[in-house]
Amino acid sequence: MDLAYLWFFIVGVLFVGYFVLDGFDFGVGMSLPFLGKDDIGRRQIINTIGPVWDLNETWVIVAGACLFAAFPEWYATLFSGFYLPLLLILLALILRGVSFEYRHQRDSLKWKKGFDTMIVVGSAVPALLWGVAVGNIVQGVPIDADFEFTGSLLTLLNPYGLWVGVTTLLLFFLHGVYFIALKTDGQVKTDAEALARKLAIPTVIFAAGCVVWTIAIAAGRDAPLLWLTIACGVIAAVALLASVVANLAKRDGWSFTAGAVTIVFAVLTLWTALFPFVMPSSTDPANSLTIANASSTEYTLTIMTWAAVIFLPLVLLYQGWTYWIFRKRVSRTRIERAEALAAH
Amino acid sequence: MEFLDPLLLARWQFGLTTLYHFIFVPLTLGMALSVAIFQTAWVRTANLKWLHLTRFFGKIFLINFAMGVVTGIVQEFQFGMNWSSYSRFVGDVFGAPLAFEGLMAFFFEATFIGLWIFGWDKLPKGLHLASIWIATAGAWFSAYFILAANAFMQNPVGYQMAQDGGRAEMNDFLAVLTNPVALAALPHTLFAAFMMTAGVIISIAAWHLLRKQNVEMMRTALKYGLWGMIVAFAGVALSGDQLSLVMVQTQPMKMAAAEAMFDSACGADASFSIFTLGTPDGTSELFSIRVPYLLAFLSTHSLDGCVEGINDLNMLYTTEMFPQFADQVDGNFAPTLWITYWAFRWMIGLGGVAALTAVVGLWLTRKKAKRDVPAWAWKLAIWAWPASLVAILVGWVFTEMGRQPWIVFGLMLTEDGVSPNVPGWNVLISLVAFTAIYAILAVVEVGLILKTAHAGPEPLPEPGSEPQHTSVEDTPTTVY
Repeated sequence: MDLAYLWFFIVGVLFVGYFVLDGFDFGVGMSLPFLGKDDIGRRQIINTIGPVWDLNETWVIVAGACLFAAFPEWYATLFSGFYLPLLLILLALILRGVSFEYRHQRDSLKWKKGFDTMIVVGSAVPALLWGVAVGNIVQGVPIDADFEFTGSLLTLLNPYGLWVGVTTLLLFFLHGVYFIALKTDGQVKTDAEALARKLAIPTVIFAAGCVVWTIAIAAGRDAPLLWLTIACGVIAAVALLASVVANLAKRDGWSFTAGAVTIVFAVLTLWTALFPFVMPSSTDPANSLTIANASSTEYTLTIMTWAAVIFLPLVLLYQGWTYWIFRKRVSRTRIERAEALAAH
Repeated sequence: MEFLDPLLLARWQFGLTTLYHFIFVPLTLGMALSVAIFQTAWVRTANLKWLHLTRFFGKIFLINFAMGVVTGIVQEFQFGMNWSSYSRFVGDVFGAPLAFEGLMAFFFEATFIGLWIFGWDKLPKGLHLASIWIATAGAWFSAYFILAANAFMQNPVGYQMAQDGGRAEMNDFLAVLTNPVALAALPHTLFAAFMMTAGVIISIAAWHLLRKQNVEMMRTALKYGLWGMIVAFAGVALSGDQLSLVMVQTQPMKMAAAEAMFDSACGADASFSIFTLGTPDGTSELFSIRVPYLLAFLSTHSLDGCVEGINDLNMLYTTEMFPQFADQVDGNFAPTLWITYWAFRWMIGLGGVAALTAVVGLWLTRKKAKRDVPAWAWKLAIWAWPASLVAILVGWVFTEMGRQPWIVFGLMLTEDGVSPNVPGWNVLISLVAFTAIYAILAVVEVGLILKTAHAGPEPLPEPGSEPQHTSVEDTPTTVY
């Protein structure tokens, strides 16, 4: 059963990857009404994630597939139980994805405005609901002896779940604004730095509350990795503060890096608090799904491990290379030139 | 209430979202390859027409690809959302090919397509060309892993039942990946995808040629499309033949249902009916046009082969093979016959029509042709694409409806796979939401593809005019 523990970690890594990468996509999407003063500005913002949003979103598909393959029971309970929030996430991701691709296809301001609204909604909804979902997983939900979720949508809208949701919403928002500051120039960049300063205080408050509350939950059920949860929570908090300081000093690269570290350790805080459960039951602890009872067979996990060990590093390598290729800032003058060329 | 039956709603949702997703998949599989071929031709010959064709069909490819990506996520999520009992039962086997698809294929596809779209002025020519080929390979590998997962539902292999009987556990991954159903379905799917792509290319070329626009480039595109269609049809036919042989071995009921044949028959009696009129309940036949021996030959590659009928198979399944399921299905293991019967015929018929169009097209546009291609022929050719698209879609309807009443053949019934705890109104909401959004997006998508197709490629420079700078270096990276 040892491989199941490795896969708990690998699935965690995949979700970390997803939240760090698509996290800033969400933030970039949400910032459109705040930073995109005109169409060129909005194009500048969207083009910061243009070449990469699709591969970032791919992480959730891979994370979901690996969750399915490594922990079929977890996948089945989670996806059937959290039905309506996941439906909303799916619809939001569909709207966001097509909007990126379709907004520039017609030269009409009305057409573009419509898609801009969908990008904002399609980014904010998943940013909130992923947090609600993960918060509820960690806290525990009503699960019966057949591993079936017995609650409803209202069960999931509890104080802790919503608190984690608002926290991820703010963290992703801030992370995306840092990304824009790093990847643009001119007015948009200046505005992004100012917006990040405004976002800092509420984000720090919610994140700190989230860390304390999560540690309390973990301590309440004698989580075996409690000390790791505390350590990860502290690192996340320090990284968040460091990102705020770096932003004040206008060091865009550092604030974005610190923002990414914050999300990595925020997810790890939740993940370690969950261990060794994958979905604790609030109905009866005996009904809880654990790493041991929700996983696939040793045979399946062995094969999956080979695939992950060979391919994950390769994936990181060529995706890292992709980011290197597109490392240049998206400048306003370049878009203006492109528009002039297109009109030509 | 009947309309809130979660099973029925979940089945409708799966059918609807899967068929919708599969409108975009074949065009992605075929168009990625075509764009890669055009770009390779440009890199090798430096002929500007290839560059412009690459860019033009590249645009259509991307509009289509976006829809394929976003509708694909729904597919992965709904196994867990609507079919949680199924997911628990087969996850140990079925999840692995999905995870492999993500790790080994989909990541490649998504990353390298991004590099291709935005990399025109950032990557060296060779590397940029390589990225579209890698993306194509990624898409094709994706198709393979998904078909391997689907093949397990048609013909479960490489597993054993858990000791408590609660789930299927994988014991031979290689067997899962080399499932004969998957190996036959892969070329069948890829060739069919190419037929549809060729149909789209023929349509667009015909539209422009009818108006005598971009004649040089569109002639090239037309020739590529026509030959591509014919070659792909040959591939579809050969692999389809192989697939039906495998089907007779693994799911004889599906073959019997394809012919709606109740009694076993051999040789001349195992005939293939081209058209049948039956009583409304499908139990007896009023009129039909039949080709003797054909079904025997299709099923066994021998003129005096025997084909099992529905009644004999039901007897076999009820008494010997699956008695534990017999009561649940009232002793009838056959799918809905009018669907399998007609889907099978429409698939073959429409595929044939598409191929025939291409043959006629090649004849009319041959070098020695004495007169111009008549306008009606161009107008007809514009409709080349729906034939192959509908053929593909009804092909999947046949494959999946023909699997019923099983969700995994011989192991689990569809009605036992549905999520037990999801209320019908939740599924109804999601069915309505997906239907509405998909319908709106279809309108937008079709509008955009038509607009792009009608706008046509960048025109070639007039002969004798100043040589234009090839616009690659000036391509704005800001495509959004």
